[in-house]
Amino acid sequence: MTAFLARLLGRLPIGYLQLMHNPGRLVAALAGVAFANVLVFVQLGLAGSMAESVAIPYRLFQPDLLILSPLESETLSDASTLPRQRLFQALVHPDVTGGTPIYMARSTWLSGQDASSSIQFFGLAPDAGEFFHDALAGPLVSLSLSDTALVDTLTRFVDMRSFADATPDAPVPFEMQGRQLGAVGTVSIGGGFGGDGVFLVSDQTFFHLFPGRSSATPSHILLALAPGADPGRVADELTRLYPPDTVRIRPVTTAMEAEVRYQMTERPTGLIFAFGVAIGMVVGIVIAYQVLSADVADHLREYATFKALGFRQGFFVGVILEEAIILAAIGFWPGLVFSQLFYQALAYLTNIPIFMTPERAVAVFVGTILACALSGILAMRKLAAAQPADLF
Amino acid sequence: MTDTAISVRGLNHFFGAGEARKQALFDVNIEVGRGSLTILMGPSGSGKTTLLTLMGCLREVHAGSVRLLDRELFASDEGTRIDMRRRLGFIFQAHNLHDSLTARQNVMMGLQVHGRGDPARHVQAADHLLGLVGLGERLTYLPGNLSGGQKQRVAIARALVSNPDIIFADEPTAALDKVSGMAAVRLFRDLGRTRGTTTVMVTHDPRILDLADRVVTLEDGRIVEDRRASLPRNITPGPA
Repeated sequence: MTAFLARLLGRLPIGYLQLMHNPGRLVAALAGVAFANVLVFVQLGLAGSMAESVAIPYRLFQPDLLILSPLESETLSDASTLPRQRLFQALVHPDVTGGTPIYMARSTWLSGQDASSSIQFFGLAPDAGEFFHDALAGPLVSLSLSDTALVDTLTRFVDMRSFADATPDAPVPFEMQGRQLGAVGTVSIGGGFGGDGVFLVSDQTFFHLFPGRSSATPSHILLALAPGADPGRVADELTRLYPPDTVRIRPVTTAMEAEVRYQMTERPTGLIFAFGVAIGMVVGIVIAYQVLSADVADHLREYATFKALGFRQGFFVGVILEEAIILAAIGFWPGLVFSQLFYQALAYLTNIPIFMTPERAVAVFVGTILACALSGILAMRKLAAAQPADLF
Repeated sequence: MTDTAISVRGLNHFFGAGEARKQALFDVNIEVGRGSLTILMGPSGSGKTTLLTLMGCLREVHAGSVRLLDRELFASDEGTRIDMRRRLGFIFQAHNLHDSLTARQNVMMGLQVHGRGDPARHVQAADHLLGLVGLGERLTYLPGNLSGGQKQRVAIARALVSNPDIIFADEPTAALDKVSGMAAVRLFRDLGRTRGTTTVMVTHDPRILDLADRVVTLEDGRIVEDRRASLPRNITPGPA
């Protein structure tokens, strides 16, 4: 390794040799870098999980257009509604081939005296499979029978194993909203930070469960477009069709991105995670700085000697960057492994969609190298300012 | 190029500022001829090391003139001082070897300051110098596995490996036994005779005074005695 690095750097790999010379300190330094990585990974994982849990319900829909209420509709699950008439108005547009209303409401699953789960109900037309994810089209048809539901196997705090064999022929009974329902199948959607699970019912069953809701006031409206139609253009044209400020029309993917952005930048939870990421990065830089500045301090006399020999500041920056990159490159991997284990434990315990993505791993790796490099350069300031004779 | 390697005129130096400001050197004047071996002597605090570090570009010259190899150091920038240091060899009282580098690698650092070069030649040169100071069998030893004297000899090899024009040495024989100390100083003297290498050395070691061309004594920041033992062969004496 020494010979390889010497060839690569065109000089003796002082940084590498320094790190390897003191294995105890190296392990401590790597542990520090790995710990900082875990901090950042966990915060990014939670933030990513939040974004993912926001995105999951949108993925139930085909990616055409979504009509939302102009009020309080920053999130899909807001309680606002809009007139179903907007659906019929949209159908006059030549590129709109169909539409279906979506009804949404929340209920509580009581598991016992003190345990409960917040369930997001979607009321959908059973014959509107074309508007939804392909995997839903078949099961939706089975909701034609009154008081049936597709239940979410990933619902938090509920033992869903008893629903595993639910079929239209052998529905599994359960009670919600004071009403007997039958599970005729399952879906795997999962809760997020705003709820614990998602149940799908027909629109008619939805009105049974939530008698205060009317078919005239859906939560949202999904529109299907003709093949080749530009969703953005059709959305603009439809917006002009309606009276001002009565609806918001967005491609499903745009609505999803807007909600993710809203949740991450304007809601307290998202801000807390963003703050956590920032704190993790600061802690990481502080740890790397402590490690590298202690190393500089320990070798100050040797560095001063090199300075007396005529080495320029660039040489010392090179040495410390060499150390920083080695620490970052090695310390990253245990950090990644521990973070992966942490993600798995968190996903198992909470059912939130938290997992490692290649983009996140690469971003943290690059960030670790930059943070270590920055810390190293900061740590070199004392040496840069000193005259060699002052250091002996 | 003149025969004067170092010319110091009216040199004053201060440490600290304000009321704590203390003058370490007072109107020091000295000229050192090329190829000579000059010893600086004096009690602790007399200003020997300060003078050495000023002549060796390790400190900024505040007042007075220091000309080194025909370059004025007063008011010089850091880049100039670094360029000059590359023409010098330093041996410090504490050997200041890098503890994670082997003896050979420590010596090679004296060459790598000049750029990439040929690694094989660097190894060859380092091994040659370490052989000269009697450490041919300790090439791959880390400083932690060398005695104090051996470390000092590595430091001597590091200072000499790049064929410096001037060697500045601060108590180079302090950690050496009598034989090794004498051998090291003879090596400096021989380099003066064969290559014209100038050596300025701070020492308290009376055993080596006879080998010096000149012994300069400082007290309280002033030169109180400047005794020329002999002139180096083939070298024209510099101005007094």
